Amino acid sequence: MTTNATADTVTDARSEDLPEARPGTRFEDLPALMGRMTGAEKHGPAATSTLDVLWVLYDRVLRVTPATAEDQDRDRFLLSKGHGPMAYYAVLAAKGFIDPEVLASFGGYDSPLGHHPDRTLVPGVEISSGSLGHGLPLGVGTALGLRAQGLADPAVWVLVGDAEFDEGSNHEAVAFAGASGLDRLHVVVIDNTSATHGWRGGIAQRFAAEGWSTATVDGRDHEALHRAFTAEHPGRPHVVVARVEPKENH
Amino acid sequence: MDTMRDRFVDVTSRLLDEDPRLAVVLADITAAAFTPAQERHPDRVVNVGIREQLLIGATGGLALTGMRPIAHTFASFLIERPFEQVKLDLTHQGVGAVLVSAAGSYDWPAGGRTHMSPGDVALLDTLPDWTVHVPGHPDEAEQLLRHAYADGDRNVYVRLSAHQNAEPVAVEPGRFTTVRTGSRGVVLAVGPMLDAVLAATEGLDATVLYAATVRPFDAAGLRAAVGDRADVVLVEPYLAGTSANAAHEALADRPHRMLGLGVPREEHRHYGSIPEHLAAYGLDAPALRERIGTFLW
Repeated sequence: MTTNATADTVTDARSEDLPEARPGTRFEDLPALMGRMTGAEKHGPAATSTLDVLWVLYDRVLRVTPATAEDQDRDRFLLSKGHGPMAYYAVLAAKGFIDPEVLASFGGYDSPLGHHPDRTLVPGVEISSGSLGHGLPLGVGTALGLRAQGLADPAVWVLVGDAEFDEGSNHEAVAFAGASGLDRLHVVVIDNTSATHGWRGGIAQRFAAEGWSTATVDGRDHEALHRAFTAEHPGRPHVVVARVEPKENH
Repeated sequence: MDTMRDRFVDVTSRLLDEDPRLAVVLADITAAAFTPAQERHPDRVVNVGIREQLLIGATGGLALTGMRPIAHTFASFLIERPFEQVKLDLTHQGVGAVLVSAAGSYDWPAGGRTHMSPGDVALLDTLPDWTVHVPGHPDEAEQLLRHAYADGDRNVYVRLSAHQNAEPVAVEPGRFTTVRTGSRGVVLAVGPMLDAVLAATEGLDATVLYAATVRPFDAAGLRAAVGDRADVVLVEPYLAGTSANAAHEALADRPHRMLGLGVPREEHRHYGSIPEHLAAYGLDAPALRERIGTFLW
């Protein structure tokens, strides 16, 4: 089992293994990639609640590249909140998993890029999602499977939304993972205050009550996100609640 | 004699020692019996507690890492309660697992409707590419479980029951077995229904086929058995008519008649015992003789 002391070292070593961002694939260039899917000229980063979190994870945290996307010891990122996957596809394109030319086909009959992702159609997509509340239980099983195979290094990351957290399946997974000390399991909750009944006292305390390590940070602050993503959490799973602007009502 | 569920625990516990790909996921049911195996393989025998959405979701996650997971609880809580997880966390992810149920349609009548799942096989029929085994004896259960664990990455459902036949049949997974040959129609008995079907058709000039695997449906086996007269009776230990569509497809190119017998759709608000329920459903030998005889003659 990886301890946090080693996890920190590993994280530092990882960033050196990551490929240099290709020309035109800085964070500032993601809106243009998203524009290929929507046809819109401009997208401010705030147009999507997940963009900063996804970028920091893929740019600085996750040990997975197009070349290692099938390796058994890769880190795994599970996009549970499959809605609004344009930011995800844009980051995957920026990191070389998807040919940027494919982005324009978004939602088309023959496109691999649906409005909810399908893991069998897109390289680097770990789960097919869309129905809410499936990613966290799948992430628990993934962490169990890696542990059972003696793979103590790979991290499992699951992204959920604060409204998605309404689904009871998440709570089954949070309680079990905490009780089991699944310390290679990580969750990032994008909290844009969109849950209909809210979460009194904050989402993090639901995880803390089950024994998780928690951090709540500004979901637009890349340094704060990176610190929270790489925090030590010996013997416990870890959640990062990334708070962003409240969802606009349409 | 041991039960199918006892045999499941024994054979699975042994195979966990031999095959590092196998993992068992439980939701409290049968967890005590797996304790010795769990002590030997704490990372591969996992009890998630009374959390059936997680039971199937975690099973899907294990499969995503290349394991061959086995999930088990009562059929009501394995197929019906987390059905969307079965649909999305296994089939839609493109991964496979073995789901092993107990209690079936009527194994604990005193427990009432909450613990009865006559619709499980029909539900799985709404999804592509599931294998469904319905053994009628612990020996068949062992054979089919071993086959399922080694069946690549297919999704396989093994439906175990406390209702069983006195003797095992030598089955070939996926094939119907001819138990008796006659000329005035075919009766297909599924799993635990065989003993009652054999008693009911004693002295009748009918072919009796036995199915311990119902999906894929052995269309060639049925076609070969019908001969000149395509009159077919299905006797299934779950929702009546569940296999009727598959049987109709098998005989689509010829005129045929079909009667689908099994557990009725209507709720049956009685407790009691398995034999009382089989009689009430018209599935004991005297009722079957009457219904089969009327249809074939």
